[in-house]
Amino acid sequence: MLGPVDYALWIAGFVFEAAAVLSIFYRKAFGRYYSVCLYMACKFFVQGAQYICFLKFGFRSAQYFYLYYYSDSLLTILLFFVVMHLYLLVFAEMDTDRHIRAGAVLLLFLTAAFSYLVVRRYRTHLTEHFVVELGQGLYFVGTVLTYILWGAMITLRERRARLVQVVLALGIYYSATAGAYALQDLFPGRQMPVFAWAPPAANVWLSLAWTLAFLRIREEASVMVPTLAVKAQ
Amino acid sequence: MIAALIYVVSFVVLVQFFVYYCRSVLASSRKVELSARVREAAGVGDSVAADDFQRFLQLVRLCPENSADRAGIRAVGTYYSLLHVLARLSRAMLPSVAAWAEKEQQGCSHFAAVALDRRISFSRDLFVQQASSRL
Repeated sequence: MLGPVDYALWIAGFVFEAAAVLSIFYRKAFGRYYSVCLYMACKFFVQGAQYICFLKFGFRSAQYFYLYYYSDSLLTILLFFVVMHLYLLVFAEMDTDRHIRAGAVLLLFLTAAFSYLVVRRYRTHLTEHFVVELGQGLYFVGTVLTYILWGAMITLRERRARLVQVVLALGIYYSATAGAYALQDLFPGRQMPVFAWAPPAANVWLSLAWTLAFLRIREEASVMVPTLAVKAQ
Repeated sequence: MIAALIYVVSFVVLVQFFVYYCRSVLASSRKVELSARVREAAGVGDSVAADDFQRFLQLVRLCPENSADRAGIRAVGTYYSLLHVLARLSRAMLPSVAAWAEKEQQGCSHFAAVALDRRISFSRDLFVQQASSRL
């Protein structure tokens, strides 16, 4: 049964996803950040579809279960393309497009292989544990990719403030969700609120942080990334 | 075993990303000079201290809310609390880390002062708008 917190997170996610798309258009940033905009638009429509499914079949129905977890996995793979696009933006001046595209194809192949192995392992019983393991793996790959991207941004002394905030917000989203799925995998069968609230709360965070990044930070605004490095004096 | 490893790595990476995010938010306000009215309202001198954060935050809460800075203030508030705990824990064992944490807390106080300045301007604009609509 859904409680007020679940509904609040759902509504907030829905509103901020729309706000993120609108803010990208409002700041005329679609050309540069089209992948972010498409991802947020897809997320918005998927959440709409999930709500219709929830109303029609109920929260505990198999239809809602499969729609929720499979659409979540597909959206995670779509988010990989956002990460790849962010790589392209970071390495735009280094003529590395071909390598990044090859990396994206390799990543897609590895993700497909990983998903196949997980599905094969659970093919006789596609249970909740299967979707948790799949989600945990996919989000963890996203965490690693974003971490590598952030490392590259520090090395290259990336100064674009908006890009810095977009990548950092994505890193928080990926690592928080991967951690929540891993915790769920560690304690299977336990109905703790953190398991149910962490992924939608991370989704609210991502859409809100991206909305603020587009609304409040101008494209030409710069930030000194080296000053962000944590150094004990 | 794999789940435990993923959990630990994700948690460490999450903390790192959160610290970097907060520092990028703080970096945006670092170059902003504080106005005389904020110094006067908070009763501070030329530079703000690490301990001034709570005072600035209380003053920020007294002003009408501006939805644009709410998320940033919350994130920096959480970061300040984490730094406070870190500074306390490391004071005896690692004084260099405690000094770094205090410097970061000072940055948080400056951020809160800049937020207060913006909110005072926002309140004044709101007051002028209301006064002109009454006339």
